[in-house]
Amino acid sequence: MRDPAVAGGPVGTRAASARRPGGLSLTLLAVIVAVSAYALVALGERGRLPANLALYGSVFAAGYLAAHLAVRRLAPRADPVLFPTGGLLAGLGFAVIFRLDGDLAAEQATWLLVGLAAFVGTLLVVRDDRQLDAYTYTIGLLGLILLLLPIVPGIGREINGARLWVRIGPLGFQPSEPGKVLVVVFLASYLAAKRELLASGIVRAGPFRLPPAKHLAPLLLAWGASLLVLFLERDLGASLLYFAIFVAMLWMATGRAGYLLIGLVLFAAGAALGHAAFDHVRLRVDIWLHALDPGKVHELGYGQLAQGWFAMATGGLVGSGLGRGVPQDIPFAPTDFIFAAIGEELGFLGTAALLLLFLVLVARGFRLALERTDPFGKLLAAGLATVIGLQTFVIVGGVTRVIPLTGITLPFVSYGGSSLVANFVILALLVRASSGPLPARGREADG
Amino acid sequence: MDRQIRRAGLATVALFLVLFAQVSYVQVFAADRIADHPANAKRRLIAEYRVDRGDILAADGRTVLATSRRTRGELVYERRYPQGPRYAGITGFSSIVYGRTGLEASFDDYLSGDAPELFPTTLGDLVLGRPRRGATLVTTVEPAVQAAAERALGDQPGAVVAMDPRTGGVLALVSNPTYDPNDLSSQDPREVRRAWERLNADPAEPLRSRATDELFPPGSSFKLITAAAALEAGFGPESSWPNPRELDLPLTENTLQNFGGSHCLGGAPSITLAQAFQVSCNVTFGEIALRLGPERLARQAWAFGFGPAPGEGDVPFDIPFEEGVFPDPSAFERNDPLLAFAGIGQFDVAANPLQMALVASAIANGGVEMRPRLVSEIRDPQGRVLREIGPEAWGRPISATTAAALTRMMVSVVEAGTGTAARLPGVTVAGKTGTAQHGEGEPPHAWFVSFAPAEDPRVAVAVVVLNGGSLGSEATGGQVAAPIAREVIAAALRIPGTGA
Repeated sequence: MRDPAVAGGPVGTRAASARRPGGLSLTLLAVIVAVSAYALVALGERGRLPANLALYGSVFAAGYLAAHLAVRRLAPRADPVLFPTGGLLAGLGFAVIFRLDGDLAAEQATWLLVGLAAFVGTLLVVRDDRQLDAYTYTIGLLGLILLLLPIVPGIGREINGARLWVRIGPLGFQPSEPGKVLVVVFLASYLAAKRELLASGIVRAGPFRLPPAKHLAPLLLAWGASLLVLFLERDLGASLLYFAIFVAMLWMATGRAGYLLIGLVLFAAGAALGHAAFDHVRLRVDIWLHALDPGKVHELGYGQLAQGWFAMATGGLVGSGLGRGVPQDIPFAPTDFIFAAIGEELGFLGTAALLLLFLVLVARGFRLALERTDPFGKLLAAGLATVIGLQTFVIVGGVTRVIPLTGITLPFVSYGGSSLVANFVILALLVRASSGPLPARGREADG
Repeated sequence: MDRQIRRAGLATVALFLVLFAQVSYVQVFAADRIADHPANAKRRLIAEYRVDRGDILAADGRTVLATSRRTRGELVYERRYPQGPRYAGITGFSSIVYGRTGLEASFDDYLSGDAPELFPTTLGDLVLGRPRRGATLVTTVEPAVQAAAERALGDQPGAVVAMDPRTGGVLALVSNPTYDPNDLSSQDPREVRRAWERLNADPAEPLRSRATDELFPPGSSFKLITAAAALEAGFGPESSWPNPRELDLPLTENTLQNFGGSHCLGGAPSITLAQAFQVSCNVTFGEIALRLGPERLARQAWAFGFGPAPGEGDVPFDIPFEEGVFPDPSAFERNDPLLAFAGIGQFDVAANPLQMALVASAIANGGVEMRPRLVSEIRDPQGRVLREIGPEAWGRPISATTAAALTRMMVSVVEAGTGTAARLPGVTVAGKTGTAQHGEGEPPHAWFVSFAPAEDPRVAVAVVVLNGGSLGSEATGGQVAAPIAREVIAAALRIPGTGA
């Protein structure tokens, strides 16, 4: 295939949606960095290259190049930075998981391929993101069902005190991960239709201009669903994430700061309620505040947070080098605490680079929202960007003790099939939204 | 809607800025403090032992006192001491369980590569993916002198310190019994714990250095200081003192007697300071101490580096050094007679060989006491000199005149007094014996404090042999300690010794 940078002339009519160069070289860069990280892990740990480096490298490169080609063909005018950024995050995550646990890495490799397939599949099925706008309530209902699925007796599974797993036959997954994608799509569609209605009317309360009571029903419903998730699934992270996304999208759609205000009040009320009602919420707060207290540092939970801090602090500015630290001593290192494991071996330079990659992804999403001219497209792009940004903040903030820890995955990076696949679907939706509809008759991708 | 999207984007960026701030706090600004948390010991240890810790070398730059060896374990480097126990009192040990002592502790910054001067090197190692390397210490210790001191002391409990009075450089520092630092530097924590328990259960306390950590009554070797105070107060070597058989002490039933109850100078009615010094006459020195008073005696002792109470801090040294003790003058206010005992190095007066070597050095160096040192040079891993640590004066306890007078008196001790066993052919040795009582029925500690050649001193040696050494209760400093000093002086001056 020819280098897109020198191939063909502009295809689109708007400059912003014209073909943008650089996708291939960025994808190759992601492959090189991810495969090198994998090789460095084995080199740092055992002083020699991994035996299956060539096999791993070629499968990895083939998967990424296939996804890249799919983007060129199925979404030719897409933002070329999106896929390589998400792919690099997933590749780095894989290398670190391989460093922590070889068996988990084998599973994660499979999930990575499934994720790439889901990425391509989404681009294939969703030829125009506005298709999704037609199924508002179907998608919303599906999202709600996924959200509450773990509560259903018989199929819901409780792991580490939180009930966020579902097992149907041999298949186990975390429904909140695909659920969050559906919720964002539903909200984009629903709010695009109802935004003018929800923005109308004013009730004055002192200095505040609030929406009238009848418009608060959806907000209260979302609040109730979040509390339900908190109470019945004890999934702090998902509960927080859902509600925050809802409030953020409601505010973006209506332009009414009053919703933000009421949302904050409801959040505070929910948090206070959770704190009063649940030992485990109180414990999380206590752990957050006292993780390093000498009397508590060896206790369950406290030690976990402390170990994460120790790992990052010992890593320091440049880290111990891949394969040369002891991140396996951090509890839940491959999932919740993968950021700390990266901090130990790659240092501040590594964690800062990781955060920058997320920031690139989020910023591209918001820029896309500004470029889109239709309310649905705007809300979809902004909502997906918000999900990635907020989820990253919740887990990195939790691990670094900015906020109490709520178990949730670091998008693309953490071990976990549901999360990885869901995030690749989000990535595909962003790619699709940035490219615009695929013409009915396939156009030659390389012009 | 665009305005809100833009604001939401900015809000997300703000959240990420919070994360950046927190991560840089944890990993950069507060990293050392957090990583030092006791619950992080294992991670700290692994990082510590990934460093190719620098060597400790003798003054010849070839004899390796401590080095690092690569292993296959989780802890990459292991500390080794190729000379076994010989230099334990200098290097100390570096243990994964019990931390570090000696030079291993006090120069840890350099040995581990943490010192700021080493930053360019460690950065280079980091970029090239090499293990970090620490700096090499070159000490002032002369292997031949150290070996001679160890051999001469044999298996007698005690200690020997030899130093160059002109530079303060320690040439030998031996303490017996001692330990093998290799036993504590193993990577097997059980082995280390076993060795530690064995060493700590030993009543002879091999982990403590009798040269620098412990204090003993200096006995008559303290007369160096009493004599110095008298000379400084204007009593010349020929000043005349009454010579009774024993000193009747006011207010008590006690009397101060001479060694073996004898009468100095065959019972002559008077005796000079020089004569009393040569034969180590207790009665005369008791009189001198009482005449000088507690203030003058204490100030003289403190000027040599003694302190009013046990502890470290007055004389800076490269490893922990417990300085000698001379009590505060107030201790004698109600009990004058004790001052007579203090004047002959008894009562609460205490010292160790390093302290007494400093006293001898000051006398040998014309009254100027040099700061004692062990490390003369720090080299980076490429062998370039990073820092040179030159001689520096610590104080001037006595005038040059006093030093010259003391030197003459010390020479007479070796030529025709209590210290004749330290005589060396062709070399004028200056010295002072000491035989210190330290408890009813216990054999005395034998001391010898000396330097040579008297006309141009190049080495000062202080020896203590505890509990009389091989001679037990019959021991005197002249018989037991002086021959050891002689052998060490011979080794330092590179002339053949006469065999102990």
